[in-house]
Amino acid sequence: MAIEPRKPPSQLVPRLQRALGGRAGWSGFVVQLLFVAALAWIAYEIVGNARANLQAQRITAGFGFLANNAGFDVNQTLISYSGSDPYTRVFLVGLLNTLLVAVIGIFFATVIGFLVALGRLSPNWLLSRIAGGYVELVRNLPPLFQILFWYLAVLAALPNPRQSISIFDSFFLSNRGLVIPKPIGNPGFEPFVAAALVAIVAAILLARYSRQQLFQSGRVIKVWPYVLGLLIGLPLLSILIFGLPVTFEVPVLKGFNFSGGARVIPEFVALTLALSTYTAAFIAEIVRAGILAVHKGQMEAGSSLGLQRGSVLRLIVIPQAMRVILPPLTSQYLNLTKNSSLAVAIGYPDLVSVFAGTSLSQTGQAIEIIGITMGVYLLISLVTSLIMSIYGWRISRSMGG
Amino acid sequence: MSDTTPSAFVRQDLVDERPAPVKTTGLVGFLRTRLFNTSGNILVTIVCALLLWFTVVPTLNFLLVDAVWSGKDRTACLSENTGHVVGACWPFIQAKFAQFIYGFYPEQERWRANLTFFLGALLLLPLLIPRLPAKGVNAGLFFGAFPVVAFFLLHGGGLNGLGVSWTAGLLSGFNDSIGEGGRKLAAAGQSTAVIGPLLWLLGKLIVLISTMISWLLLPLTWLRDLIQAFDRPVWADFVLSAVIALALVFWFGTGKREGLRPLVNCLVIFAGIGLVIALMGLDRGGLPVVDTRLWGGLLVTLVVSVTGIVASMPVGIALALGRRSTIPLIRIFSIAFIEIWRGVPLITVLFFATYMLPLFVPTGFTIDGLMRALIGIALFAGAYQAENIRGGLAAIPRGQDEAANALGLSWAKTTALIVMPQALRHVIPNLVNSFIGLFKDTSLVSIVALFDLLGSMRAAFSDPNWATPTTLFTGFAFTGIIYFVFCFGMSRYSLFVENRLNAHRRN
Repeated sequence: MAIEPRKPPSQLVPRLQRALGGRAGWSGFVVQLLFVAALAWIAYEIVGNARANLQAQRITAGFGFLANNAGFDVNQTLISYSGSDPYTRVFLVGLLNTLLVAVIGIFFATVIGFLVALGRLSPNWLLSRIAGGYVELVRNLPPLFQILFWYLAVLAALPNPRQSISIFDSFFLSNRGLVIPKPIGNPGFEPFVAAALVAIVAAILLARYSRQQLFQSGRVIKVWPYVLGLLIGLPLLSILIFGLPVTFEVPVLKGFNFSGGARVIPEFVALTLALSTYTAAFIAEIVRAGILAVHKGQMEAGSSLGLQRGSVLRLIVIPQAMRVILPPLTSQYLNLTKNSSLAVAIGYPDLVSVFAGTSLSQTGQAIEIIGITMGVYLLISLVTSLIMSIYGWRISRSMGG
Repeated sequence: MSDTTPSAFVRQDLVDERPAPVKTTGLVGFLRTRLFNTSGNILVTIVCALLLWFTVVPTLNFLLVDAVWSGKDRTACLSENTGHVVGACWPFIQAKFAQFIYGFYPEQERWRANLTFFLGALLLLPLLIPRLPAKGVNAGLFFGAFPVVAFFLLHGGGLNGLGVSWTAGLLSGFNDSIGEGGRKLAAAGQSTAVIGPLLWLLGKLIVLISTMISWLLLPLTWLRDLIQAFDRPVWADFVLSAVIALALVFWFGTGKREGLRPLVNCLVIFAGIGLVIALMGLDRGGLPVVDTRLWGGLLVTLVVSVTGIVASMPVGIALALGRRSTIPLIRIFSIAFIEIWRGVPLITVLFFATYMLPLFVPTGFTIDGLMRALIGIALFAGAYQAENIRGGLAAIPRGQDEAANALGLSWAKTTALIVMPQALRHVIPNLVNSFIGLFKDTSLVSIVALFDLLGSMRAAFSDPNWATPTTLFTGFAFTGIIYFVFCFGMSRYSLFVENRLNAHRRN
């Protein structure tokens, strides 16, 4: 007599339990219900109170105020702006200023950070100690302190424009900020850009071709003279044919101030300087840890294959170190972007300063304005972390596969 | 056969002495190997030495050699009067010292701030030294008792109720709000067309529940009224709370295995509370109130950072557990909460706390300016702490969890007794690093009009009595040294703990 196989018990109830209450089952579901009820109650209280308070202050909620005239001036704008523009324009101006500080700060922070990291790893005792001292000093002081230090103490102590510090008689640093030559486009500008683009594309193609040849036949093609020739030659040719792409308007001292040239406001100089040196200290530690994380045997193996020190670093150590460095490096970039909001302390017109500061005090629309400002920063960091998780996923796939 | 014939390939005379190997030890060896071994390195060394010469020497000159050490006002720090280049103007710091430390805290009450500093140091130092015993009691005192004592010391004021009154007030307030919501829902249901009846029914149901709860609460509110009728309500409430708590502990906590221990602990805690009330006279109005607007300087910096540190731990633990929970909505809420606070700059959080939070509380109910900043910082720091703690939880092997389950421990006991202690011990260095970040971030409260150390410094700069060319640099040097000492100390401590934790991995 054959034994009838029993039917497996229905999975419906356990599955439902799991979906509704996780591993804890029905009790988890009850906890969840209570939690949601508490949240709903808090939200209800907040909305009710906010409505009553806004009514008492005679403020109408909503985003209608964004179309009103701002009526104040901003001392650094990347897009055209005047006091009669609406608040949306103020928002854009602030956002662009924030992004400007972030991009330039990130560039300098990366450069300084890598240099300091190399200094810390240097066999020279004095250099590694100086780099270490720099990292410890800068890391242990609050960023706001450093911004104020550069702005209030150092830049304010610079001489006035008449006695400003000049570099090559074209860059002038004074307590009114940094004055630099202003580029003005010439007719030769477009051909120059086109030539440069063609040269870059051609150089990339050449490098790819040589790499392919190397992998297929093992032949080493010395490609860099051609690349260099292309990159310098084509733009030079365009200059010879069409004339200089840009001319620089050099600032001249007239009376008590400079005329001509482009002025970088001192707030920007102080903020960029403080943020890039501050973040550089963290980047230096990250880069150092990344390079130290690559096993010593990798370098030795590379050398024993006959590669030179530079090639070992470029082809073996740095690609492996980058894998360790990149995630914390991006989070430092995000930190720099977030710290750029400290601009409000010295009056640099960034997003927080002009939008969550001046616009907020003019309109009183606290909920909307702070919500928008937080949303912008949140969006920036979410997008960045999304990109990073895609990158991490690709890395883990390439390592595993 | 003799082999005395000298072979041509055997050497007859001694080899010349070779020069001694290059010394690699001692000062000379160190100089040779680490500073001057190649021409490139020699160049680097010279450049570095020049760099040091042009930065460190002028700094030392400024701080010590050229500094002015005594004086009454700005005239002491002008180079016309001293006859040499003037460095740091230390009399400025002497004159403003009290402002840097206490802000505008009234002079005759400053002993309270000093006593708080002293108590904090007394409790914190033994907590930091791993060799000392009784970490649990110590941590309980520092994280639980100290904030309360510090609040009544620094702020002043007394109590007119305790456990029973607070619980009664909180629960009845909560219940009233539920009933109010139900009534509004029912009213809204009457005016809506389609889903109206449903809403009305729901509203009535909520009102019914709230009424039932209010019947349940009746004994509690009756007790409260009874207590408030005494001429010393605090002590009456104290005795009653103690009795109720002891009864609860006796009912739930005292079993065969634990014996009377929970009961004794509870008694000791209540004795401590009674002692604090009696010593500080909280039943008689306590110390005179010092408004938080008068607080300032290092006092505010320390208050904000210690509150942030203490408050961020429970918030962080709760969020970390929530994020690891399998219950879907709690998990989603925790993730969203953590990511939102971590994704925005602290300054926007402070703006949120300063401008938006007052809109969320009932009209006529104001939150103190310092309190708002503290709430913002606690939430912000809690989100960062949650990620640290989650890292520690992830590092605990699953076997620990499973072993605890096999012994029949509940989830709460598994977490509290097995997993969390190990996880927290793992992440002490990370926690300390977050504390360093938090300490540095406290300087941001000066932007929302609180006078912390940095804010006091800026306020001191505006004094025309001390306006000299070097006042700014002197102020920055002084506050910079304070910040550096705190942060550097914490980072060294974190390194020390890390080495201790990794002692078994060293080889």
